[in-house]
Amino acid sequence: MAIRSFFAPFLFFALCSYSSLTPVLSLYEDQVGLMDWHQQYIGKVKQAVFSTQKTGRRRVIVSTEENVIASLDLRHGEIFWRHLLGSNDVIDGIDIGLGKYVITLSSGGSVLRSWNLPDGQMMWESSLQGPKHSKSLLLVPTNLKIEKDNVIVVFSNGRLHAVSCIDGEVLWNKDFEAESFEALQVIQPPGSDLIYVVGFAASSQFEMYQINARNGELLKHERATFSSGFLREVSLVSSETVVALDSTGSILLTISFQNGEISFQQTPISSLVEDPSGPAVIIPSSVPGIFAIKTNAFTIFIRVIGEGKLEVVEKTNHETTVSNVLPISEGQQAFALVQHAGSEIHLAVKIAHDWDGNLLKESIKMDQQRGLVHKVFINNYIRTDRSHGFRVLIVMEDHSLLLLQQGAIVWSREDGLASVIDVTASELPVERDGVSVAKVEHNLFEWLKGHMLKLKGTLMLASPEDVAAIQSMRLKSSEKSKMTRDHNGFRKLLVVLTRAGKLFALHTGDGRIVWSHFLQSLHKSGTCQSPIGLNLYQWQVPHHHAMDENPSVLVISRCGPSSDAPVVLSFVDTYTGKELNSLSLVHGVVQVIPLPYTDSTEQRLHLLIDSDKHAHLYPTTSEALRIFKREFSNIYWYSVEDHNGIIKGHALKCKCTDEAADEFCFDTRDLWSVVFPSESGKIIATVTRKLNEVVHTQAKVIADQDVMYKYISRNLLFVATVAPKGSGEIGSVTPEESWLVAYLIDTVTGRILHRVTHHGARGPVHAVFSENWIVYHYFNLRAHRYEMSVIEIYDQSRADNKDVWKLVLGKHNLSSPISLFSRPEVITKSQSYFFTHSVKAIAVTSTAKGITSKQLLVGTIGDQVLALDKRFLDPRRSVNPTQAEKEEGIIPLTDSLPIIPQSYVTHALRVEGLRGIITVPAKLESTTLVFAHGVDLFFTQLAPSRTYDSLTEDFSYALLLLTIVALVAAIFVTWRLSERKELQDKWR
Amino acid sequence: MRSVKVIVSFVFTLSLLSFPSSGFQSDELLVDDEEFGLEGSPQPRSPEPIPTRSPPVTAPTRKRHSDLDSDSKIQFSLEHAFGDSDFSPAGTFSARLKTWSHGGQTLTKLRFSRNSFTDEDKEKFKNLLESDDFYRIRIPSNVLSPPGRDFVISSVKARCLPREGLDEHFVIHMEGVNVLAVNYGSPGSCPYPRNLKLPAKWSFSSHTVLKNSEQAPRAPVFTEEILGGENAEGEVVQPPERSFWAKYWMYLIPLGLIVMNAITQAMNMPEEQATGQGQPSAGAVQRGPSSAAQIGRESVNVFFPVNGSYLVWPRPLNTEINLCIKILELKYFVGSRISEVKL
Repeated sequence: MAIRSFFAPFLFFALCSYSSLTPVLSLYEDQVGLMDWHQQYIGKVKQAVFSTQKTGRRRVIVSTEENVIASLDLRHGEIFWRHLLGSNDVIDGIDIGLGKYVITLSSGGSVLRSWNLPDGQMMWESSLQGPKHSKSLLLVPTNLKIEKDNVIVVFSNGRLHAVSCIDGEVLWNKDFEAESFEALQVIQPPGSDLIYVVGFAASSQFEMYQINARNGELLKHERATFSSGFLREVSLVSSETVVALDSTGSILLTISFQNGEISFQQTPISSLVEDPSGPAVIIPSSVPGIFAIKTNAFTIFIRVIGEGKLEVVEKTNHETTVSNVLPISEGQQAFALVQHAGSEIHLAVKIAHDWDGNLLKESIKMDQQRGLVHKVFINNYIRTDRSHGFRVLIVMEDHSLLLLQQGAIVWSREDGLASVIDVTASELPVERDGVSVAKVEHNLFEWLKGHMLKLKGTLMLASPEDVAAIQSMRLKSSEKSKMTRDHNGFRKLLVVLTRAGKLFALHTGDGRIVWSHFLQSLHKSGTCQSPIGLNLYQWQVPHHHAMDENPSVLVISRCGPSSDAPVVLSFVDTYTGKELNSLSLVHGVVQVIPLPYTDSTEQRLHLLIDSDKHAHLYPTTSEALRIFKREFSNIYWYSVEDHNGIIKGHALKCKCTDEAADEFCFDTRDLWSVVFPSESGKIIATVTRKLNEVVHTQAKVIADQDVMYKYISRNLLFVATVAPKGSGEIGSVTPEESWLVAYLIDTVTGRILHRVTHHGARGPVHAVFSENWIVYHYFNLRAHRYEMSVIEIYDQSRADNKDVWKLVLGKHNLSSPISLFSRPEVITKSQSYFFTHSVKAIAVTSTAKGITSKQLLVGTIGDQVLALDKRFLDPRRSVNPTQAEKEEGIIPLTDSLPIIPQSYVTHALRVEGLRGIITVPAKLESTTLVFAHGVDLFFTQLAPSRTYDSLTEDFSYALLLLTIVALVAAIFVTWRLSERKELQDKWR
Repeated sequence: MRSVKVIVSFVFTLSLLSFPSSGFQSDELLVDDEEFGLEGSPQPRSPEPIPTRSPPVTAPTRKRHSDLDSDSKIQFSLEHAFGDSDFSPAGTFSARLKTWSHGGQTLTKLRFSRNSFTDEDKEKFKNLLESDDFYRIRIPSNVLSPPGRDFVISSVKARCLPREGLDEHFVIHMEGVNVLAVNYGSPGSCPYPRNLKLPAKWSFSSHTVLKNSEQAPRAPVFTEEILGGENAEGEVVQPPERSFWAKYWMYLIPLGLIVMNAITQAMNMPEEQATGQGQPSAGAVQRGPSSAAQIGRESVNVFFPVNGSYLVWPRPLNTEINLCIKILELKYFVGSRISEVKL
């Protein structure tokens, strides 16, 4: 009994949370946007089509690398409508048909869809099949008609289709059986009924098909062989001429197929330019008469002057990007050219046949943090003086999208944030004495007025204007977007690494970008063509020196996907976004292990494992080495080789024996291995506990005054394997030949602590590991439903510490050090439940002290985040819980987990393309910060057991004051009254 | 004669049967069949394997066994390494391979014989103990075609093993004929910090356990039960029978108080009688609370703030609240009476 008093605080909080059976954390309508923010993005733009004719609202239709089709307002860059296609439905091309339909070709050219331009509703969809996989090309001719029907020409899957623009019906199709034929261009010369399909076959043969556009009849088929072969890019210089390069990249071939006759013209590049410096590539473009090639050093623009004669018009060593072609008047076509020059970009708009004359020449100051211009799309408008004006949409290296007009940036969108790779949270600067932030507190009158308004609101007396005033007051309450640390720890910086390699710091108060930094190591450069950002780690989190040292993060970037490619470490200050330092490593990096040790400047020690199984210690200081040496024999880690189903455990051995190696390099050795049989197990998920998770209590008091000890080990790994057959598509496997095995492995000794088979189950598996429990989600083929299972692990070796006398006399083993080499005595409890949704991500709330009860955050297939109380996933649930169990808060067992609509954290919003959910503890124990990212970003605060430790934001202090005053007055009045009464009584 | 024959043959078979167990000291691990997974059956906690002391003999005894039914008997070897040295043979596992009708194969009756340490091994092991290094073992990941895809390795700090002799504990996780993992360590705890302790005897006592996967409990499907439960609830919603005390405590406590009051007053009575007879109220006290209340009616009106009115005592006792109020009042009343008396 006395042991209960040890857990009194725990019980108190437990009671708080258990006081209501379903703690719904729904919001009121007017609370939306107080704690949460939501940002919509689209991703890096692949293609843009302008729609400005005859429409009241000027808009641009874009398709992006996140598979989004969106219609953007050309004036402000806002999203009119947006559709996210699935991740396997990659958009190949978009165009506008009939001026009112957006036509998209996706899924490798097999799905053609039409969307209504004003509102984005889908009009029709048709599926285009073909004999083989090929490049897919979309062509929407403006004036090609078959029986009054506008036609869309699609080349996909080795077949040419003509599709009606009205209803998506396939009018005719034509197969290209030739095995190796690879179409490169589909050309429809304006004003004719002919379609040319040109391409290469067998790498050295040029083929041209001439097809009647009305019925798909093959009119002519010509081929010509060029012995030294082609590179796979062509540039269309007129409707009957293309330019290609030979396979060595040194000879230009002008191929003309006028009247069905193919003729080659060879021009060595060296005859045009003195010093070509290496092989060239063609920059794909379709500017009539002009094409561009790129060598290592130069970009060369070459004009074709009839009969295959070539002439160099410009040779530049600046980064240059060419736009699409825009017909501006009869026979005149304009295009834009963007060149970098220092911190400026030069924009030139030229007429296709007149290189030297510029329609427009502007230079625009460009933020260096945006990198190079990747894509340019041009559009024109009529100026007030009836002349042609041009605006261009440019896509930058950091995936941002900008509209330039009249030499200025009209708007910009930070669409890099649509592809977040990694997130970490950082504290804000401490409020200093010198800087007065208190100034924002307005005078007393304002304050009172605000509270009177609030009071009116609570008493339902507020008029609509008052309500609006209250709302706006709440929203702009500068408290939450200050740039300093707050007492409750709600204000933080979210440091976000995007796929483009740009770091952003977002303020948790309102989601604004505090700083952004494009890492030097992630810029595309001569030495590294495709750098990728890998991970973000907290490098230095000062607590003792919080006033004079800034926290910093470590960004690991690698040149290309292979594991032994060169790696760069960059250290970035999180207050300012300045890159403090960067290190180019001589070794590759396979694994990064943040160690639980910090040096005297509070820099965290990191161990980097390279592909030769050497471990490298960072930072490379003698102090770090000293700390590391002390813990040398206590460092263990594991590696998962999921391609061959082996998990291995490692430890450090000694200094590198390599002579070239420095003193921070260590040899490693294998300690254990688990080999999953290749015929029965394929690793599909591995999950560990979060490193920084805090567990408040080891013990769990259960109903009958008994205590169970949680098995809390940081070194547990959850592994899920499925039958190799079961890892394919859903429907490819029967329940009998599909199973899922869940393992709990100790990563120090390699012990399998628990192993359980779910027959008839299959992936994908999403799991979350916290404290002593794991929850995982999978598909049950027998029940045709998704399931969630929970496993809880309890330590039996401490189970006999129940005797009070043992605790009093100190004869317990609760504080003795635990060695994982001891044989573990654990028991597990598990239970499974059905769950309605399929899941995209799963996370768990984390609080500062770990006292508050936990909630699972489930990212559903509908791109929402559902908060599910952990008590629903308690293996001790039973159909008829006893009275004592009910008091403890055990919910009667049901076969499926309830989905309460009010418990959607994202309320009415959707986080399109949800990929991850991150929780960060606030300083206030009851509250946790939740950040969900996908194409959209969403942030909110959650209090899983309600805010039991603070008053809510909209608490009316004025009402409290009034009540107190009224009570005091009432006390005085009644006191007087009773005194008088007493006097009268005494006189009676 | 016939019966004698029967007896003789019986004795003979008995001796045959008992021969293998009495003929040598077996190092067999007698593992319960539950370890081999009667599939679907609820698994109790793994029973403690019976420790057997492997005799330090160089000739392994398994050979005699393998003669009996060599067709389904398989062997695989255990190899060990000291620190970072190469692996060398250290012992042999032998087991019976059971082929199920559905084609699956499982191992049963695992036995283990360990080679004893040579002097060189002992020296190496001592070095390990001194440097607190790892003692590593490995077995093939496939018992039919060793080493399968790879060896499964396990290791333990050498200082965890020595006790009386050298205690070791193997848990071999099987998946058909594949060895998923082997967990090696001491059978008990290995407290940190590990102290250097040399074994008294250089013989191993080995414990081995074979483990197969458990079946997960099915997700409960009880839509019908829920409906049934609701029906039952609709018909008979019987609150659990409460004890006498739980039912009537609100009456019992006031009653107790009244009695106590009465007793105290009864105690006071003689005293009061002694001090003064003239006061009429003192007489009221004698008669106990109920009569006291009657007397009080004439003289006392109690201001009671709950309903804000003068309450004329007594009133019909019909509700619990009223009753409680009464008790409070009564106490107040009686108390004041007494104090008056004392004054």
